[in-house]
Amino acid sequence: MIAKDISTSVKKKDHDGKISGQLAYISDVKVDSMLYGVLYRSPIAYGKVRSIRLPPLPEGYEKIGAEHIPGNNFVKLLHNDQPIFANEWVNYIGEPMFMLVGPKLDILYQLVDEVEVDFEEHPAIFTLEEAIKQKDQTGVFAYHEFGESLDVIKSIEKKAHRVIEEVYETGYQEHVYLEPQGMLGIYKADEILVKGSMQCLYYVKNALISALACEDDEVRVIQSPTGGGFGGKEDFPSMMACHVAIAAKVVKKPVMLLFDRAEDMEVTTKRHPAKFTYRTAIDEQGNILSMNVEVFLDGGANAGLSPVVLQRALLNSSGVYKIPHFHAKGYALKTNTVPNGAFRGFGAPQSFAAIESHLGHISSMLKRDPIQYKRNYLVKQGDPTITNGRFRDPILLEDMIQDLLQTADYTKKKEAFRAFNQQNKRFKKGIGASLFLHGCGFTGSGERDHIKAVVKLEKTEQDQVLIKVSNSDMGQGALTTLSKIVAKGLDLPYEDILFPDPDTKDVPDSGPTVASRTTMIVGKLLERAASQLKAGWQSGVAQEVVEHYIHEDMIPWDEETFSGDAYPAYSWGVNLIEVEVDILTGSVRIERVYGSFDIGRAIDERIVKGQIDGGMAQGIAYGFMEKMTSQLGKIQQKTISDYGPPTAMDLVPIESKLYDNPYAGGPYGAKGAGELPLTGGAPAVQAAIEDALQIPFYQIPVTPELIIESLTKKDGDARD
Amino acid sequence: MRVIKFQLNGREVETDAPPTARLIDVLRDEFAYIGSKEGCGDGECGACSVFVNTLVQNSCLIPVGAIEGAEIMTIDGFSQTELFQMISECYSEAGAVQCGFCIPGMVMASAALLSKNPHPTEEEIREGISGNLCRCTGYNMIVDAIDLAAKKGEGLW
Ligand code: FES
Ligand code: FES
Repeated sequence: MIAKDISTSVKKKDHDGKISGQLAYISDVKVDSMLYGVLYRSPIAYGKVRSIRLPPLPEGYEKIGAEHIPGNNFVKLLHNDQPIFANEWVNYIGEPMFMLVGPKLDILYQLVDEVEVDFEEHPAIFTLEEAIKQKDQTGVFAYHEFGESLDVIKSIEKKAHRVIEEVYETGYQEHVYLEPQGMLGIYKADEILVKGSMQCLYYVKNALISALACEDDEVRVIQSPTGGGFGGKEDFPSMMACHVAIAAKVVKKPVMLLFDRAEDMEVTTKRHPAKFTYRTAIDEQGNILSMNVEVFLDGGANAGLSPVVLQRALLNSSGVYKIPHFHAKGYALKTNTVPNGAFRGFGAPQSFAAIESHLGHISSMLKRDPIQYKRNYLVKQGDPTITNGRFRDPILLEDMIQDLLQTADYTKKKEAFRAFNQQNKRFKKGIGASLFLHGCGFTGSGERDHIKAVVKLEKTEQDQVLIKVSNSDMGQGALTTLSKIVAKGLDLPYEDILFPDPDTKDVPDSGPTVASRTTMIVGKLLERAASQLKAGWQSGVAQEVVEHYIHEDMIPWDEETFSGDAYPAYSWGVNLIEVEVDILTGSVRIERVYGSFDIGRAIDERIVKGQIDGGMAQGIAYGFMEKMTSQLGKIQQKTISDYGPPTAMDLVPIESKLYDNPYAGGPYGAKGAGELPLTGGAPAVQAAIEDALQIPFYQIPVTPELIIESLTKKDGDARD
Repeated sequence: MRVIKFQLNGREVETDAPPTARLIDVLRDEFAYIGSKEGCGDGECGACSVFVNTLVQNSCLIPVGAIEGAEIMTIDGFSQTELFQMISECYSEAGAVQCGFCIPGMVMASAALLSKNPHPTEEEIREGISGNLCRCTGYNMIVDAIDLAAKKGEGLW
């Protein structure tokens, strides 16, 4: 089938294998003489290892530890502070210290249970609060400060009618990709092959080269079908890959490391808990005069990706608004808790929850409608960003809001809800909105300076075209979307485009599958490659074309001063959510959900709709259902139901709408779509609950317990 | 040694696994039926759903000793049926498959629901798959797919 319109949906490439269960995820793979690995993990949060006593190991069982690492004992990423096997100091509960390998899993678990380690324990930092207190002495992974000078802000605040200061907190979020993490290391005489569930093949490969101190052609990484990622398989798989590769090299056999759900929940990365302070000066009419923001992220025990997550959190701290006199600073801080990492949105969902909440609260103090109040400050095409970049492309936000208010019959509904709430003692209805954006691709000049993406198209003598990129399909539909782009460029049926599982032996580094960059950046390169191939097409001849990333002209990004264009393009969203709250139990029922999005042009409308549905579900649940906590360095939720992601009964159909706004820098006009839909869910649901109850909240998730507590407090206040 | 006999995807089979072994492990390790996936091992996600005498159950919770004489159908067997073809087509048409890890279990739950209730309402569909977690789709397209299968498969169920 040759698609006329790129947005028309097609059958997904991997549909048949997935629906029949026959597509093999890593846990479905078994190879001859394969051994399993089980990690011994630190039971304490911070301390020095004094001695390790192993039980007698039966034949065929071995301990693999730091002593076996030929290269660096750290997982290569940004700060190189994450040991592969922590052998001297441990920094969090669950940190891997060594691995036992052997043929039988039950025996391995039993052996690991019998290990005795003697530690010299040191006082640990368990909470973000403690980390903030001592940040001037120690524990700062990253710090940025930018915007208008504080003197100017202070003098504005002095003359202002009112200065409103609010503290806002967001909790952990767990990915709960349905396929737990898994990795297989295979020993071969001339190479170590690692296969597993992952988003970023070359992150894994580079980590292996560093750990094994080997040449480029001595390691090889293959992505197996990946059962969900959402950022959780961005940085974390590199560590597991090092574990199995080192073990395979020592025992000269394949070694498989599979997590069960409890292990996955306890030790893998999560969304950073965050704390914000917003200080906003307003005049007598309620106009915003200045805003001063502080952001603190709980990075956990290693830097991981925290420095870049902090950047995105800060870049989004003013939301979609043009704020006169804006200043922000932020820290990513160390605590002795499980390291936090990438999660769909990458710092932005925290910031949008905070800014949307803050402006919502200001508008209700002023007795204004929150949407109308926020609309006064929307950024427009040509406006500067908070880092003195530019919003260069058309912004449709105003129209999107207008349309949605009409579709949802917002004003009438608000009145109807007010009347309903007056008559109803137990149930209260509310409606709330969120306005948000997502900067597409890597922050700043990351694409040009670090990633330098390369893509390849290979044509066989039979005139079949193979896509050679290092990007993973983790469910988001990259196989299909990228194939469609190539098919369209070559005027070939989509079915003729092949997309084998990415294998570093075979594919160039087109960058990681993150940052809403795959369709926009990699897709653009493939669009160019396809037109190059088409121009030189010779039937019956094997051909190959390669394309390299070209950086768009932007205002140069300077990470030091935090200035310039942070992103080449932005995707936009508006959400509106209606809820009903039971004030007896505090439970919240989602009644209607609307989402309007500008993602440029959809490459496949059904796939995009799937991203919207799934992303919004995660975002909404982040706002009121999903709660994960850490006590003295230990994650408290061990099962999925302890944590509480939504089931089909918790959600309703999403009335979504796409706005066509093609972006010249993306393939057929496409911008990023993967992360954006998550971002607006939490702030909209919070706003809806606040509207129903007429009380402000200063944290997410807004759980039933929090609702009851706040209602009780409100009652108490009313009596006083 | 005592063996446990049961019917698996239409075949008489036996296993010498200990009666306490989890059915999911026996299916995957001994019979190499990889279609049932393990998302939690705790009865919470439904990815391991199989039919036990036509009732859909989580195979991670069933000790193999408990299925002596029972008829077990996994997705590997079910995918050979006409009913499956219908469900598959509708899942594709609705765009209901993302990462795919929950999907074999969802398909089993969909089939169980439709055979009990060939004309489910949206409410009933949501309830019917409430024991199956999906982290990718937000469920709506799966609900649509089942609704579609009910309509298109009129008479099949
Ligand atoms: S693996 Fe059986 S219910 Fe999750
Ligand atoms: S499609 Fe990924 S969990 Fe359902």
